[in-house]
Amino acid sequence: MIAVIQYGAGNVRSVLSALRRLGHEGVLTDAPDTIRKAERVIFPGVGEASSAMAALRERGLDEVISSLERPFLGICLGMQMMCSFSEEGDTEGLGIFPERVMRFPSGRGCKIPHMGWNGISALGGRLFADVDEESYAYFVHSYYVPLSPFTAARCSYDGICFSAALERGNFMGTQFHPEKSGSVGEKVLASFLEAI
Amino acid sequence: MLTRRIIPCLDVKDGRTVKGVNFVGLRDAGSALELAAYYSEHGADELVFLDITATVENRGTMVRLVQDVADRISIPFTVGGGIRTKEDVGRLLSAGADKISINSAAVRNPDMISGFARLFGSQCVVLAIDARRNPGMPSGFETIIDGGRTATGRDALLWAQEAERLGAGEVLLTSMDADGTRNGFDVDLTAVISGNIGIPVIASGGAGCEEHFRDILREGKADAALAASVFHFREIGIPELKAYLRSEGIPVRI
Repeated sequence: MIAVIQYGAGNVRSVLSALRRLGHEGVLTDAPDTIRKAERVIFPGVGEASSAMAALRERGLDEVISSLERPFLGICLGMQMMCSFSEEGDTEGLGIFPERVMRFPSGRGCKIPHMGWNGISALGGRLFADVDEESYAYFVHSYYVPLSPFTAARCSYDGICFSAALERGNFMGTQFHPEKSGSVGEKVLASFLEAI
Repeated sequence: MLTRRIIPCLDVKDGRTVKGVNFVGLRDAGSALELAAYYSEHGADELVFLDITATVENRGTMVRLVQDVADRISIPFTVGGGIRTKEDVGRLLSAGADKISINSAAVRNPDMISGFARLFGSQCVVLAIDARRNPGMPSGFETIIDGGRTATGRDALLWAQEAERLGAGEVLLTSMDADGTRNGFDVDLTAVISGNIGIPVIASGGAGCEEHFRDILREGKADAALAASVFHFREIGIPELKAYLRSEGIPVRI
């Protein structure tokens, strides 16, 4: 069973649809027991970090997530919440990745949010086994995770090179939206669905 | 490098596309869903659906179309037309839309922008601005609403800047002078807006040939270009357009 964590607002239907196109049914849930029992867990994120973290804590899901041992994928804000801290609302995160999420500096000529299709490179780890270097993925975000030892893919915007994906043990995350990234995104999700 | 986006726009009534569509190879050329799937498989970076009836009775039809589109395609899409309340937005987003666009209603009630941005995030709030040349305005362009019928007396650039402050995540900018002419996008309008706000701008209105896209993305500083009939009538194919833009040095996703 694939659990898709639902903890508030956001377009989670697209994640379920993408799974279905790959022949899998996801189960939308915020129940700790269901999430613990799942073979894989997807943690989508749309919205604002501090209220999203508050919604997670309210449901006791912060501790559940950190204790999981099976393949886990955070998407966009989901990946950012897996880090130690976010400048968005000065939010303490789950601390799975010991990184600090930063805001793109404004007033440098680049538009914020970083929105649209951008190339991903230096691909490593399990999510990108079938993806070519410099493939395009769809991003929408105003905050970014700097490069780290856990960076599994890079992207650059506004002269800043940042983590397009992270991986540490069973925990994976993408800053881009695989469910909105066409055939490239499908390959990333398919690799996640095969990850052991 | 972040690429410039090419966005087909589908005008929808009762789940059907209304602008003339002349497509060979679609099972049902009038089906908005079939057309959306075709575009997503043939180079479109995003899609925009405009509900041109936008009556209360038609809301259910639009939500069902959004669900079907979300199930079928794997690129982002925006839905606009008749959106007024947070319930309207919630329904469309939970049906699978990535962004919603608002236009006249936001001019009448600008707090709508901040309200939606707070509840759903700026990334999903697109402000559509219809603008027309007016030398009496500081930027030279006036905001027009009600589908071109009502001049507001508001400067288009000042409105775009206010919308950015209120939390809009993107501006969909249509030139009422260029729209339907096929003589090219309004480069002056788009450059003055895009160069003076910090959120992305989608340029719309006037596309007739490939060079027009080059001009609006280069001189017009647009982050994305939107068109309807030149794509629907197969006068311009998106893969060919993108190959051309890349040869002109404009970054696009191929």
